[in-house]
Amino acid sequence: MVENRPFLTVLSHLVMILGVVIVAFPVWMTFVASTHDQATMLRAPIPLLPGTHLIENYRQVLTAGYNQGNGGIPILTTLMNSLIMALGVAIGKIAISIIAAFAVVYFRFPLRMVFFWAIFVTLMLPVEVRIVPTYGVVAALGMLNSYAGLIIPIIASATATFLFRQFFLSVPDELTEASRVDGASPMRFFWDILLPMSRTSIAALFVIQFIYGWNQYLWPLLITTKESFYTIVMNVSRQANVADAAPQWNLLMAMAMLAMLPPVLVVIFMQRQFVRGLVETEK
Amino acid sequence: MSRTLLSSVAAIVALASAHGAAAQTEIQWWHAMGGKLGEAVNAMTDEFNKSQSEYKVVPVFKGTYTETLTAAVAAFRAKQGPHIVQVFEVGTANMMAAKGAVYPVYQLMADTKEPFDPKAFLGPVYGYYSTTDGKLLSMPFNSSTPVFYWNKEMFQKAGLDPNTPPKTWKEVGDAAAKLVASGAKCGLTSAWQTWVLLENYGAWHNLPFATLQNGFGGLGTELKFNDEPRIKLISMLADWTKDKRFVYGGREDKPTPLMASGDCGMELTSSGSASTLLASLGPDKLGIGMMPYSPEVRAEPQNSIIGGATLWVLQGHPKEEYKGVAKFLNFVSSPEVAAKWHQTTGYVPITFAAAKLTEESGFYKKNPGRDVAVKELTLNPPTENSKGLRLGNFVQIRDAEDEELEAVWTGKKDAKTALDDAVKRGNELLRKFEAANK
Amino acid sequence: MEKRVTFNERWLPYLLVAPQIVVTLVFFFWPSAQMIWQSTLLEDAFGGNTKFVGFDNFVSLFNDSAYFASARLTITFSFLVAAIGLAVSLLLAVMADRVIRGATIYKTFLVWPYAVAPAVAGVLWGFLFNPSVGTVAWLLHNVGIDFNYVTNGNQALLLIVIAAVWNQVSYNFLFFLAGLQSIPRSLIEAAAIDGAGPSRRFWDIIFPLLSPTGFFLLVVNIIYAFFGTFGVVDALTKGGPAKATEILVFKVYNDGFRGQDLGGSSAQSVILMVVVILLTIVQFRFIERRVHY
Repeated sequence: MVENRPFLTVLSHLVMILGVVIVAFPVWMTFVASTHDQATMLRAPIPLLPGTHLIENYRQVLTAGYNQGNGGIPILTTLMNSLIMALGVAIGKIAISIIAAFAVVYFRFPLRMVFFWAIFVTLMLPVEVRIVPTYGVVAALGMLNSYAGLIIPIIASATATFLFRQFFLSVPDELTEASRVDGASPMRFFWDILLPMSRTSIAALFVIQFIYGWNQYLWPLLITTKESFYTIVMNVSRQANVADAAPQWNLLMAMAMLAMLPPVLVVIFMQRQFVRGLVETEK
Repeated sequence: MSRTLLSSVAAIVALASAHGAAAQTEIQWWHAMGGKLGEAVNAMTDEFNKSQSEYKVVPVFKGTYTETLTAAVAAFRAKQGPHIVQVFEVGTANMMAAKGAVYPVYQLMADTKEPFDPKAFLGPVYGYYSTTDGKLLSMPFNSSTPVFYWNKEMFQKAGLDPNTPPKTWKEVGDAAAKLVASGAKCGLTSAWQTWVLLENYGAWHNLPFATLQNGFGGLGTELKFNDEPRIKLISMLADWTKDKRFVYGGREDKPTPLMASGDCGMELTSSGSASTLLASLGPDKLGIGMMPYSPEVRAEPQNSIIGGATLWVLQGHPKEEYKGVAKFLNFVSSPEVAAKWHQTTGYVPITFAAAKLTEESGFYKKNPGRDVAVKELTLNPPTENSKGLRLGNFVQIRDAEDEELEAVWTGKKDAKTALDDAVKRGNELLRKFEAANK
Repeated sequence: MEKRVTFNERWLPYLLVAPQIVVTLVFFFWPSAQMIWQSTLLEDAFGGNTKFVGFDNFVSLFNDSAYFASARLTITFSFLVAAIGLAVSLLLAVMADRVIRGATIYKTFLVWPYAVAPAVAGVLWGFLFNPSVGTVAWLLHNVGIDFNYVTNGNQALLLIVIAAVWNQVSYNFLFFLAGLQSIPRSLIEAAAIDGAGPSRRFWDIIFPLLSPTGFFLLVVNIIYAFFGTFGVVDALTKGGPAKATEILVFKVYNDGFRGQDLGGSSAQSVILMVVVILLTIVQFRFIERRVHY
């Protein structure tokens, strides 16, 4: 720091601690709820400290599913599906958009700006507002109940292309020049120079898109009818809104913890690259 | 040599049985029954699938009623619809209007030559989902009716007889006052307020909810629930909210936790909530009785109407598959299956035979109060005011009713203005529906 | 902004954009075109009775006070989410920039919510504020506040704002922190030597230098509040009570499927699509200009 002001430092710590407490509190309570039995969850006040049913609850959720008996969908299957979907969305999106951005930035060709805008306007419109027609297309292509159906319609968005474009624009022209003088082909330039330089951007996008893919809810709900394609987030949300019955909060929260864990780990472990990637491309 | 022979035999057997499994006709059933209810659904289809080898019913839990309907709509339009979809009762008129999409049950049964007896069903259950000339459109499945729950422990504490529920609205008011005086946070609450306080209050007192036989008679129907008795009821409850004799706890079944947690001493809500309330209060504390009535409006109650959902059959599949659909629907309404569904879930038995079977099994002796719903529904033969409701855009009409009632509870409008406004808004929605479906 | 140095290839660029263009055409433009067509139809949800009505759906939308109420609500909601979200994350970022010890731990805890699905976040907050068992609702009740988001519209709105902000605060925080750390130390030190106190330094130097980041985040947050919060609303309030939380993107879904009015719902989608495109263009123009300067 510029100068030493003990009061300000203490204040900063206090604010940070308060912030962390508020931000982490819902997650903490979710964890706490997942360690008690059903009866404790039906009466206020709900304890603030963990209970003794942790192993029992998680075992039930992991082996039998949310419902006891034959109604449960094995959580491991849903976790695996979420993982496949998240990885598919992240990798697929990065792959198609990095080459598209490469084309738009490094080439001059007829219709270039048309393509650019065509990609660009898809930036934010969520799938929720065009469900019926999108479903129709997926069904017509025979992609219901398939990983392709879960993944491909979701990767039709421009965020990644846009971020790569911004990054490529900041790459010094001298590198391209040198590469051209050496007689390297565009693809060689792409592989040998551009791709390695984009590492941090790719890492940042991987985090964003992994989470985006993992967190999808309505889309998987609509296009899957086979349990073998259910995802975990969709399962959590469905069990929270059950007709004519109260949710089993303890098991629901155990499931919510499991649904949160993988994306949280991805964010925490890739935090540094994530921030660097975003800052380099966006700013 | 013998080993290879054996293994090839095994392989052939395996192939044959695999082939047998593949030859089974699959029937998709999309439903909105999660949690314990979902388990009961799965047990039911398992039983059907084991009972024969030609058809395999695949139940798919599609989330809430809205999500289930969304999925079915999207899938049907893409020609990938399920055979059977569960739709809430307020969607009935809209489903009927969806020509070319639904396969009416009476027609299905006739086309597939499956036996079918309309008289087997409880009157209000059958009537709600049939045409004016008595043809069944969708198969009743999870039906419920509002009943009166009371907390015996809190009654005792308030100096009330824990074993005698109030019979009239006046007695409910007295009980509520005593409950509040004894320290209860809330006397009475009502879940599904529009269904209980407006629709069922009407049927219970044989008052029309809308013209043209509550809408069964045609699209030109107009709402009529802003009558004197209902204005009185709502303004009385509004008065009660001031000292917590009545507490509004939200739409649909949102208020039920107030009863479950012991905040409220009395609740009017679906008979289907019995299992949730029993689970949290315990059988000793929970009483289940008939809805209160107003003797000055009608000397004796008429009968209640149902809510819940039914199974609609969708078009668009090969003819031979509908044979299986018909067989399955008959299985669902067979006495044993319907009785089991009633007993495990708390929904009403849909047929007389199922009710009788449950009675004979001694279930009601062991579970007092669980027969109240059936009693209410069969109290008298349904009149045109108590058969059910057939209103287009009913979901939005209920939203409008909910909003107007909320304006009363928060003191923004008096009961008369609110009900008049609700009727006016509802009629606009009915006219819109009429225009779209003429 | 354009590259000066480019490659000359005839077919390669088309090949490179092809995958994305195909996906976009098939899964975005084609469905959107169908949606525009649908917005001119009056039909039941299953598509049995179809009638061409031209712009009737739009006309009735513009005559519907509920639609404008929802639009106003969406604006209020987006403003609250963006304002609170940015203010809180800026405060946290400034503080995090100051502390040296424990910074990593704080950061690790603060980036969590970003990874939580909006649908799951909705379930979490609904649990905390559940009127009968929720911990926070119980605590509030004990200090004399009856918090019941199920019946009270303003409280429901407050709750979805909190949940939405919570979900987005990490993202803002990371950007602000990165922005702060890229401000040259020498500038701040120079100001300190001139006798400027911490708050003067913040408002005179740091804040203006952060404003590009702030503007970028503002647009991102508004777009997020408009469209990204569907999961939160769906899991928490479903637009209720009394439409108090029915933001536009949820209304599209609610009218289309709960109300089975696909034509009206498509008309709303078309309007939303126009809004998105406008917002995107604004954002784009801004970013382009900033790169120029």
